[in-house]
Amino acid sequence: MNYIIPQSELKVVGTRPVRPDGVDKVTGRATFGADMTLAGMIWGKMLRSPHAHARIVAIDTSRALALPGVRAVVTAADFPDIASEEAFVGEGPMNFRDLSRNCLARDKVLYEGHAVAAVAAASQSVAEAALDLIDVTYEVLPHVIDVEAAMAAGAPILHEDMFTVGIEPKPTKPSNIAKRVAFAKGDAEAGFREADVIVEGRYTTQPVHQAYIEPHACLAQVAADGQAHIYSSTQGQFMVRAYCAKVLGWEIADIRSYPMEIGGGFGGKTLVYLEPVALALARKAGRPVKMVMTREEVFRASGPTSGAVIEVKIGARRDGSIVAAREVLKYQAGAFAGSPIGPGCMCGFAMYDLPNVDVVGYDVVSNRPKVAAYRAPGAPITSFAVESAMDDLARKLKIDPLALREMNGARDGSKTHYGVTHRDIGFLATLEAARSHPHYSAPLKPGQGRGVACGFWFNIGGESSGAVHVNEDGSISVVSGNPDIGGSRASMAMMAAEVLGVPIEHVRPIVGDTASIGFSHLTGGSRVTFATGMAVTQAAERVVDQLKQRAAQIWEIPAEAVEWKDGKAYPAGLNAGAFEPLSLAQIALKAGRTGGPISSEVTLNAQGAGPGFGCHICDVEVDSETGHVKILRYTAVQDVGKAIHPSYVEGQIQGGAAQGIGWALNEEYIYDKDGKMENAGFLDYRVPVASDLPLIEAVMVEVPNPRHPFGVRGVGEVPIVPPMAAVANAIRAATGLRMPDLPISPPKLRAALDAASGAKAA
Amino acid sequence: MSLSISLSVNGVAREVALDDPRVTLLDLLRERLDLTGTKKGCDRGQCGACTVLLDGRRINACLALAASCDGAAVLTIEGLAQGDTLHPVQAAFIAHDGLQCGFCTPGQIMSAVGLLREAQTGDDPERVREAMSGNLCRCGAYAGITEAILDAQRQLAAPDHAEAA
Ligand code: FES
Ligand code: FES
Repeated sequence: MNYIIPQSELKVVGTRPVRPDGVDKVTGRATFGADMTLAGMIWGKMLRSPHAHARIVAIDTSRALALPGVRAVVTAADFPDIASEEAFVGEGPMNFRDLSRNCLARDKVLYEGHAVAAVAAASQSVAEAALDLIDVTYEVLPHVIDVEAAMAAGAPILHEDMFTVGIEPKPTKPSNIAKRVAFAKGDAEAGFREADVIVEGRYTTQPVHQAYIEPHACLAQVAADGQAHIYSSTQGQFMVRAYCAKVLGWEIADIRSYPMEIGGGFGGKTLVYLEPVALALARKAGRPVKMVMTREEVFRASGPTSGAVIEVKIGARRDGSIVAAREVLKYQAGAFAGSPIGPGCMCGFAMYDLPNVDVVGYDVVSNRPKVAAYRAPGAPITSFAVESAMDDLARKLKIDPLALREMNGARDGSKTHYGVTHRDIGFLATLEAARSHPHYSAPLKPGQGRGVACGFWFNIGGESSGAVHVNEDGSISVVSGNPDIGGSRASMAMMAAEVLGVPIEHVRPIVGDTASIGFSHLTGGSRVTFATGMAVTQAAERVVDQLKQRAAQIWEIPAEAVEWKDGKAYPAGLNAGAFEPLSLAQIALKAGRTGGPISSEVTLNAQGAGPGFGCHICDVEVDSETGHVKILRYTAVQDVGKAIHPSYVEGQIQGGAAQGIGWALNEEYIYDKDGKMENAGFLDYRVPVASDLPLIEAVMVEVPNPRHPFGVRGVGEVPIVPPMAAVANAIRAATGLRMPDLPISPPKLRAALDAASGAKAA
Repeated sequence: MSLSISLSVNGVAREVALDDPRVTLLDLLRERLDLTGTKKGCDRGQCGACTVLLDGRRINACLALAASCDGAAVLTIEGLAQGDTLHPVQAAFIAHDGLQCGFCTPGQIMSAVGLLREAQTGDDPERVREAMSGNLCRCGAYAGITEAILDAQRQLAAPDHAEAA
């Protein structure tokens, strides 16, 4: 069925009921990753490499094992050495050999913080003391941190068996370039010859961390017969189960994985770091083992997203129509292949209808932690470059920047350079909403500047399961296989309540463990409200069918003669009015006598996730003395398809924008000459605090996605795409300076301002 | 050598023997007293997730040595509600969506309760944001947090609430 109907006809969807997890979270009762305890539990700790790049010559654990209170030590030798095998999971490819070697280094350490060994001991302090007693002999190797240095001839090679994929002829020498990808449409060269105006730029971005406030944490238990339980803070309990099974060489059915309440993920909790190690320790020690990362470990050894170098060139006719666009992207992947270079190559120009496009991307390894997904992986980086260049183009052409985007914007039927044709998209509607928002025409004071930028994310679907159970008293349980990172529990319950016609207060949403619900891909790619929501909606519809059939049985009339309305069965057609309507609770009470429990679980592979578009407007003021940028006003407009619970959607938009502003102005990984991270804490890695941000106004445009019963599009990722360019374009407007290198931190901007005024004075 | 301290936690007198004098108040609460509502985000005084009230003043529990809390009164997130009745700040966080993932929330709420007791910010959102800047929220729920605090302040100022704060 389809519920894409006016809001006035919806009773639950589109309203703002109280959040189901609210009371637990404001009273401290919500159980996060590190909050779980089991009887007999001991503590695991990880020994990490002090070197950016070194060969492991020997590991001697005997002194650690001799320490009283130490119950187990593991190294890579306790794990199978698995062959290179790539699987596509969630938002990107995962090579299980790399994953295993990232969990515990084998042969070589590839970055400072790379895990080398782990201990389990009676207390945290004994475990820490034991780490000091593990003797690792390293042969330190030359290292390389920056992406272009890693690509250069003669760079220290991380993987002797890495030969660049995607170039002909097949290379014979190993390289840090894992792969080259290319997309083309039309003839860019010819297109540029037709251009009256060309803008070009070279942009750099720094790796930034997802910086969820909750560090990675898990608790593992292995019974004597090998049945294992793993409780962790993760974006995917099924991912944890599958990855642990792979890395440990165990059977999937022997592992039961429980998702705990998750204290932020943003993509960074879409792979495992601690879980397989904790399971191995638990098995060896015969005790439950808890592992919790410190904040330093989170920075040094998990996440972040890629830093990159991007070259952009865009050519247009004098009337503003773009005739050609080119982009070269170099994304650093960290120590193992797998940067989001693919989406990087696609997302920058995906918003525009362009005749000639040429994009080449490189996935490059260097001695940094392996990158993990971060909200719209790859898109913010490429869009910082493209949207900055679009701003330059608008200036050169003396065209309003929104008008330039409207003129060239993708619409239904536009074919992208990666082959997909856009359908039912809301980009132009989003631009229109931005243009007519009062913010866009509000006056600015001298010294202030306004910037706009846009963003795109595919959103994904995929495999999901959802179950709806009618309980004996008529209350409803809705079970999904997806950890709730952005309010999905509320939206699942709301969609079920809408279909069933019952008040939301009677619907309890639950995130199931891997034994309680069918397989579901992890929470990521903005897929849950779309894909799992589709499963839950269908499950609720099947429950309605059962309820109608039970009423028919009670009334002894055919099921087709029963109508379901507002949570009640009514006799219809010839029987209309013949019986008193039966409520869901009345039918539930009789379920035992009419055929047993009423419930349905739907598993599906959802296709047709609708892409999302955003347009952000940002006003800034720059302190020319300090180079400090103050964000004065920020408006984020986004096509959200249909907002199931508008408050959560607004929260996602505000949160994504806030993270993007941090990325634009402050956040970066800083390395010393030995390849060691210098700012692995919140003091020196500065995420935005309350006083850094103005009120971020979220404006929702609803262009329904016809391939979802309620018209849903994913919403969580688009909002992090535009901010970096929106901020940079505002700074450009305020100061006249194009700042192509992120972050635009106060010292950097001050130096640029000084240089500009010096140049003027000279 | 073990060191024994006595303190009041959420109004209950507790005697604790510390086997290690370096144990922080945060670890004491979480690992010894099973009060896991107080969160550890950094253990360095840099995120505010561990904020509790010590003798009525907000502090980062990860920076306080448990041993130095001998004789003190500690209020944590678990002790804020009166039975099933949420504290006005807790209720306002729900009403204004002052949270997403909820991990920073206990710290934000305790910090807000402390802030309202300090009574320094008036109804100026800018000053509230300034005074709450020790509490990171990576989900970016700052708008809701600020609104919640201002709303709770209004409610607490209402005559029937004069006692509660
Ligand atoms: S855990 Fe205490 S301030 Fe972060
Ligand atoms: S609600 Fe997630 S960190 Fe604040």
